[in-house]
Amino acid sequence: MKTWKLSTLDALFAAIAGKQTLYIPADVAGQPVFARWEPGLAMTRALNTGRSAKDLFFPQVEDLARFRVAGKTVSVSPAQALQEPFVIFGVRACDCRSFDILDSVFLAEPADTFYQARREQATVVTLACSQPEETCFCTSLGIDPQAPGGDVSCWMAEDTLYLQANTEKGEALLASLPRLEDGEKPDADSSVFDKLPLKDLDFSAFSGKALMDWFNSPVWERLSQSCLGCGSCTFVCPTCQCYDVRDFDTGHGVQRYRCWDSCMYSDFTMMAHGTNRPTQKERFRQRFMHKLVYHPNNHGGQIGCVGCGRCLQKCPISMNIVKVANALKEGKA
Amino acid sequence: MQSRVIEKAASLLESGACTRVLGWKAGAFFYDVTPAVFTCAQEVREQMVFNPFCGANLSKYLIAESRKEGRIAVFLKPCDTFSFVQLQKEHRIARDKVWAVGVQCRGMCDIDSLKELGLKGVTAVEEAEDDLRVTTLYQEKTISRKEALSPRCHTCKSRKLLDCDELIGDQGQDLPSSRFAQVEALEAMTPEERFAFWRGELSKCIRCNACRNVCPACSCEKCVFDNPNSGVQNKAAASSFEENLFHIIRAFHVAGRCTDCGECTRVCPQHIPLHLLNRKFIKDMNEFYGPYQAGGDFDAKPPMLAFTLDDPEASIITNGRDGQ
Ligand code: SF4
Ligand code: SF4
Ligand code: SF4
Ligand code: SF4
Ligand code: SF4
Repeated sequence: MKTWKLSTLDALFAAIAGKQTLYIPADVAGQPVFARWEPGLAMTRALNTGRSAKDLFFPQVEDLARFRVAGKTVSVSPAQALQEPFVIFGVRACDCRSFDILDSVFLAEPADTFYQARREQATVVTLACSQPEETCFCTSLGIDPQAPGGDVSCWMAEDTLYLQANTEKGEALLASLPRLEDGEKPDADSSVFDKLPLKDLDFSAFSGKALMDWFNSPVWERLSQSCLGCGSCTFVCPTCQCYDVRDFDTGHGVQRYRCWDSCMYSDFTMMAHGTNRPTQKERFRQRFMHKLVYHPNNHGGQIGCVGCGRCLQKCPISMNIVKVANALKEGKA
Repeated sequence: MQSRVIEKAASLLESGACTRVLGWKAGAFFYDVTPAVFTCAQEVREQMVFNPFCGANLSKYLIAESRKEGRIAVFLKPCDTFSFVQLQKEHRIARDKVWAVGVQCRGMCDIDSLKELGLKGVTAVEEAEDDLRVTTLYQEKTISRKEALSPRCHTCKSRKLLDCDELIGDQGQDLPSSRFAQVEALEAMTPEERFAFWRGELSKCIRCNACRNVCPACSCEKCVFDNPNSGVQNKAAASSFEENLFHIIRAFHVAGRCTDCGECTRVCPQHIPLHLLNRKFIKDMNEFYGPYQAGGDFDAKPPMLAFTLDDPEASIITNGRDGQ
């Protein structure tokens, strides 16, 4: 294990950024977000970013191709997938697990080449948690917030940053850094994680046979009643993965791009046939069925939620996956 | 207050005066309450809460709820009643299907205000007169209720409960409010500074539409930005121009109808001070056309729908800059 003095964290960032683009969680206009490091940019004190780390692999908007019409010819220029390596520093264990979930969707054949290129170019440096929020429930999903994965895992203790490479990419990153010293991290105190109010949620009931029972549960009606149908929960969620492909009329052709979409929206999957989900009840049900039931059914039991707690913090009416899961299991809302 | 609200809700159901009650259900942490419809008095007694974190403005739900069978009871704070009146002026609520209970208010609290105070991992809050006893994963702390107030409550414009069928607590009065101070600060900036301020804020927008969907003034059956046939359907901003556009269009569209309820800013996951855009419009309208409060009464003619020959045309004369 390697070490670095926290008082000179800036120098570590400068060393990484000297070789490739670096993103760190920082406050921009008062909001914690993964931002491109430049001299002077400091890490946020917030536990986690408002938007998740998925932004760097699956951005909210990205161009796919441009079509240019000149007379009778149409020229097509597909967008280039990312070619440059980059480092993302300070990813929490929950967000790191979300990459596995996104991988299972975007890297399944046929792989999403834009996403794949970013995943290949990225070196993920995670950061262990020591001060969770009450909304954190990663431990209920089998994630150890004190042993995050990624290419390099980091711990902060007292005045020292401890770094441990987990992959070849991680080894290469650490080897490229000057002045790393050897050291062993002290044992971390995990008692606060035992106090987390949502630590004992059990999601095991949802994978498996009973799909239609969950689908037809009487609780959806009531739970969805006050949902505003906004996209806050989907857009802040590190595992939400739906997008729409749209054309922007440039006047002399088309700019084709994709952007995040939300199953909470009225026009979600409103394709040519026009038969999408008619009311908020069905839209709401889709979001939670996808995370709790469909995803695990299709991906070997892996729940489509990493317990980051963002939807608990951001929903305007405090409806969220925990309330939904509990109501489903109780059979009443 | 909690017990009076709950008793009232239960008795309205028991007496048959209402078939449903729009109230709040408790969550896991005291602050995470969810609006909910109750149909049974026993359930109200067991599950309904009314605490200082019940800040959501319930009036917009009445658009849908007042179209259903039977009468629904609703609990409204003073600022909510302005939205209630405004929605009626716009013929969006069937008034006879609603039993409005006005609840006097001393300001609502917000979990984000607790976080601003540096409290992390808030697991429980207990109300004790003018204090809140906060338990977190890391400490216990007593703070004054005032410190925990939602920012909008610091500049509350009125404690009047408008158009209610009955009241819990006393009728209130208009309050002296410094709500335009931040707008004045923006007005004092140079256009470049102001542009930089708004770009900084609006560039955080993730277009989740929470501000629009919660807004009682945004009650179109189909928003132009959601309509595939509108030609401007806009799921994500493709450029900074589109990012600004959504918010500016929305501010224009609610001008003269926005009651300054503050919901847009409360719900924004990116903490964008959207109310400042709307307040600028309110301030301008007050100055140009005389004082007007949207939802303040049933009679006053909205400035954007009224016309007189001596209306100032500030935007034309000054070309939209510096509004002299
Ligand atoms: S659950 Fe909450 S955040 Fe999600 S769409 Fe409904 S109101 Fe919005
Ligand atoms: S559903 Fe909620 S808690 Fe789960 S990963 Fe998404 S935002 Fe996080
Ligand atoms: S959910 Fe777990 S990993 Fe994520 S921030 Fe909270 S404690 Fe850390
Ligand atoms: S609520 Fe905030 S982030 Fe969402 S669309 Fe409105 S301004 Fe943008
Ligand atoms: S714009 Fe904001 S303050 Fe005005 S009515 Fe809508 S939600 Fe309320």
